[in-house]
Amino acid sequence: MKRVFRSDFTFDIAVYLLAAVVLLIIAIPLLFVLAASFSDPDLVLRGKVLLIPKGLTLKAYTMVFENEDIWRGFVNSCFYTAAGTAISLVLTIMAAYPLSRPHLVGRRYIMLLIIFTMYFSGGMIPTFLLIQDLGIYNTVWALLLPAAVSTYNLIVAKTFFENSIPSELYESAKLDGGTSLQILLKIVLPLSKAILAVLTLYYAVAIWNAYFDALIYLRNSDLHPLQIVLRNILLLGQTEQMGTNDVGMAEKVKMAEAIKYSAIIVSSIPMLVIYPFVQKHFVKGVMIGAVKG
Amino acid sequence: MGNRLRKTVRQIRRDAGLYIILAVPVAWYLIFKYVPMYGLQIAFKKFNPTLGIIGSPWAGTTYFKQFFNSYYFADILWNTVSLSVFTMLIGFPAPILLALLINEIKNTRFKKAVQNITYMPNFLSVVVIVSMLSLFSNRDYGLFNRITSVFGREAVDFMSKPGYFQPLYVFSNVWQYMGFNAIIYIAALAGVDAELYEAASIDGASRMQKILHISIPSIMDTILILFIMRIGSIMTVGFEKVYLMQNNVTISASEVISTFIYKNGIQKGQFSYSTAVGMFNSVINFVLLAGANFVSKKTAKTSLW
Repeated sequence: MKRVFRSDFTFDIAVYLLAAVVLLIIAIPLLFVLAASFSDPDLVLRGKVLLIPKGLTLKAYTMVFENEDIWRGFVNSCFYTAAGTAISLVLTIMAAYPLSRPHLVGRRYIMLLIIFTMYFSGGMIPTFLLIQDLGIYNTVWALLLPAAVSTYNLIVAKTFFENSIPSELYESAKLDGGTSLQILLKIVLPLSKAILAVLTLYYAVAIWNAYFDALIYLRNSDLHPLQIVLRNILLLGQTEQMGTNDVGMAEKVKMAEAIKYSAIIVSSIPMLVIYPFVQKHFVKGVMIGAVKG
Repeated sequence: MGNRLRKTVRQIRRDAGLYIILAVPVAWYLIFKYVPMYGLQIAFKKFNPTLGIIGSPWAGTTYFKQFFNSYYFADILWNTVSLSVFTMLIGFPAPILLALLINEIKNTRFKKAVQNITYMPNFLSVVVIVSMLSLFSNRDYGLFNRITSVFGREAVDFMSKPGYFQPLYVFSNVWQYMGFNAIIYIAALAGVDAELYEAASIDGASRMQKILHISIPSIMDTILILFIMRIGSIMTVGFEKVYLMQNNVTISASEVISTFIYKNGIQKGQFSYSTAVGMFNSVINFVLLAGANFVSKKTAKTSLW
């Protein structure tokens, strides 16, 4: 008995050590960016900052907020995320709810039509040509419509409706003369808050973080979402109009580097802020989806 | 027979409201998913925007041959497949191992902390991840170089060395998605009957034996399903991240099919040619998926359809 206890103890030690290592590997890059964003750019560029901010300053943040491109991108992204999530939610539920009714004639074929698109697609160019033909190229609709429905999310929602809404509820509502739409709005949705939270989170995160559709469908930079602006600043190094005309070249380079850390934080904050609130829901969402992939 | 037909018609009429609701998303699927599939035919045509998809003259398999015979065909195919296989070899088992590890943590608060922190990076955008890679790779003050310098290594700009392209891509992927992808396994492990573990303890099984003989077998179905789906996307390398990571110096290692399609199709306007390349990619994916599904159905009785 004693021997078993001892080996159990070493096993536990190993588990905790390993978990601690994983934790550090995940956390250090995040903490580093956070620390650097609040530090004196000089010290960051000389490699003095690691996990604790040095020469605490908000200089980099002030510059981010003074940057017009970032502001415009931020406002655009808020719009795309709000409008896009709303469209996505409505379309997803309009598909998932009817398809969750077991007696709907032809539901298997419609499901097949939908699921097939997960495994085969027309691809980048035919979709691009379609967007042009529809006349929504270079308009906000090019970001809101083509990616509106995620088939994975649709399946999660459908599985939820199938398993969590008792069919007696439908039958009695039907007998009371309720129409399909009334039943959906007054009975099903109020019982589906968990799945609505999950879908909202999934869609909002995906839309907020997307840059690809904007890259190919939007030429007009006034319409660009934050991710495109970030790419220009962070990866292509476009920081010319930073309002630093009167300072020297070295200073300019320094500020251009410093702003990168704070720009990363500012662009990630909205998602990281909503995350703790919806966290318990999205674990649930993954589990619902896992019932039948 | 007449009765059954009448019953079906009655059912359809009863559910008319549902069909009206359903019509909107179905229309979306037809327009945004099936019209592009119809548009795939331009891979076999000499597409001319003024003539349209239907009006353009047929070109047979010219564009496919052009791609297969091009000098870069082997390189691009190799980059795509090797990056994807590499990503899968490291990225697929990582969340399983993490879930098994988390499942062994007894202290509930520490367990929660590990879970919550490991799935945080999932919420960062690709632009942010690649920006972090590029900042960390800086020779003078990048995080990577400061860590390697502790071990006495010379500073390297990792982002501009073709040899580092794949490892950077793969390990940053693991870093970002491992925690989130582990959730599904953690949930499956939480559902395992506790009596199984108790019975094993009475029989004198060690913790490791319990993992091997109880935990892993009980999540095997989940692993298989996810594995089949993964096989079906072996030729799909996320365009977004590769495109952001690549630069002229690393192009020999970083040009993959999707970035090639973007440059030739969207940027240079070679619509037919790049559609053919894309179609080649989709078809291989689909064949691999169907093959993996078939094998799994025959051997493990688990399948997607």
